[in-house]
Amino acid sequence: MAEALVSIRNLKKSFGRTRVLDGVDIDVGKGEAVVLIGASGSGKTTLLRCVNALERYDDGSIRVDGVEVGFRGEGAERRPRGERELSAIRADIGMVFQLFNLFPHLNARENVMLGLQKVRGLTKAEARERADHWLAQVGLADRAENYPSELSGGQQQRVGIARAVAMEPKLLLLDEITSALDPELVGEVLAVVRRLAADGMTMIVVTHEMIFARDVGTRVVFMDGGVKVEEGAPRDLLVNPRSERLKAFLSRLEMH
Amino acid sequence: MQYHLNFNFIWRYSEKLWSGLLLSIELALVSILIGCLIGFALAVAYNGGGRLTRWLVAAYVEFIRNVPLLLLVYLVFYGIPSAGGFAYGATESFVVTLSLYAGAHLVEVFRAGLDAVPKGVVDAGKAIGLTPWQRLAHVRFPVMLRIVLPALSNTFISLFKDTSLASVIAVPELTYGANWIKTNTFRAVEVWIVTAPMYLITGWAILAALRGLERALIPRRRA
Repeated sequence: MAEALVSIRNLKKSFGRTRVLDGVDIDVGKGEAVVLIGASGSGKTTLLRCVNALERYDDGSIRVDGVEVGFRGEGAERRPRGERELSAIRADIGMVFQLFNLFPHLNARENVMLGLQKVRGLTKAEARERADHWLAQVGLADRAENYPSELSGGQQQRVGIARAVAMEPKLLLLDEITSALDPELVGEVLAVVRRLAADGMTMIVVTHEMIFARDVGTRVVFMDGGVKVEEGAPRDLLVNPRSERLKAFLSRLEMH
Repeated sequence: MQYHLNFNFIWRYSEKLWSGLLLSIELALVSILIGCLIGFALAVAYNGGGRLTRWLVAAYVEFIRNVPLLLLVYLVFYGIPSAGGFAYGATESFVVTLSLYAGAHLVEVFRAGLDAVPKGVVDAGKAIGLTPWQRLAHVRFPVMLRIVLPALSNTFISLFKDTSLASVIAVPELTYGANWIKTNTFRAVEVWIVTAPMYLITGWAILAALRGLERALIPRRRA
């Protein structure tokens, strides 16, 4: 594997008494697209949200480009990071959400510009130029002035992608980004992601689209009950599952 | 005996009504502005604060909301100077009262509004690296404002009408002016016939202004 950009070790996380992640190890190399699959409740979305500190983890570690995400210090000195430090770490990790989560009061261009101006410190003109560049990349050059409520789901999601990648993150997290879309709109969003993957963007992808997992993924990780059950090359893993749990999961998908 | 409406006296003293209306509007504007600042600051403190902060904010809100405004007007004007030893004018006293009153009502409005900002949208703000203050300024506040604007119209119009209570401590606003004319001309019916529409029309104007703001701020829905 290429040099690891993300290394997750023995990750543990509980919500109250429910253990959602029970010691997960995953490495993601530079330029890799690791796809997390598994049933709802398997912990994959929680894992993704831990990587950019939208959720705190209880134990274990997540390092992105060598920096521990949720904590500072080692051993007995280890303390949860404060919100300001987390903000700086999150700026280098892009995320695209299942429900798009665009800023409803800003138009498409302003959605992309906000982080560029406030976090990256670009001038308005620079931010505008870069926003328009990325909106064009996702095929929305003519929608820059439209508000989220005026855009289709597929268009909103492409703005969401532009907003994330315009920040030039080291890592992109995609959280079931096509689950809320009408089937005919899925293709336009996946095409954008496919191009990003081809350009070498490092990604962790949570998805239910097995075809997408196979096309884009350099590696697939199957999770169940808060642990990693199996991982491997997409074509191998999805065609010849070794564990019973993955076999059961895949056969359930085929029935739909 | 038949009563003949006669508005001549009102016109002679109409200056009292105009200057009164102007002062009523000023009292409402200043109090609403200060009330919004108090309300928003406390709503943020409540939503992000510890148990003590929440308790203090809740105590303030409950106290103000469960005491008649008229009593608060008296309390601040007569009570505080006699207890604290410092005196201030009736107008200042009323602005303090109405601001505190407005603040208590607006805390509730803003708190509900902040709660109604979709969590995912705040997460999106975190994900692009905005600091907590930047999220408040550029995401939570503007989204909240659009959620609470319709509810604010009611509160603002109520507060404008509540300025009439300043008349009891002789602040020369609209109701005080009307009372003055009534006392000096004994033309009570005519005075109120003229004064009521002045409140009504100003209330409408406030409503129209807020509707306009709503239209300007809230983007069109997709057809």
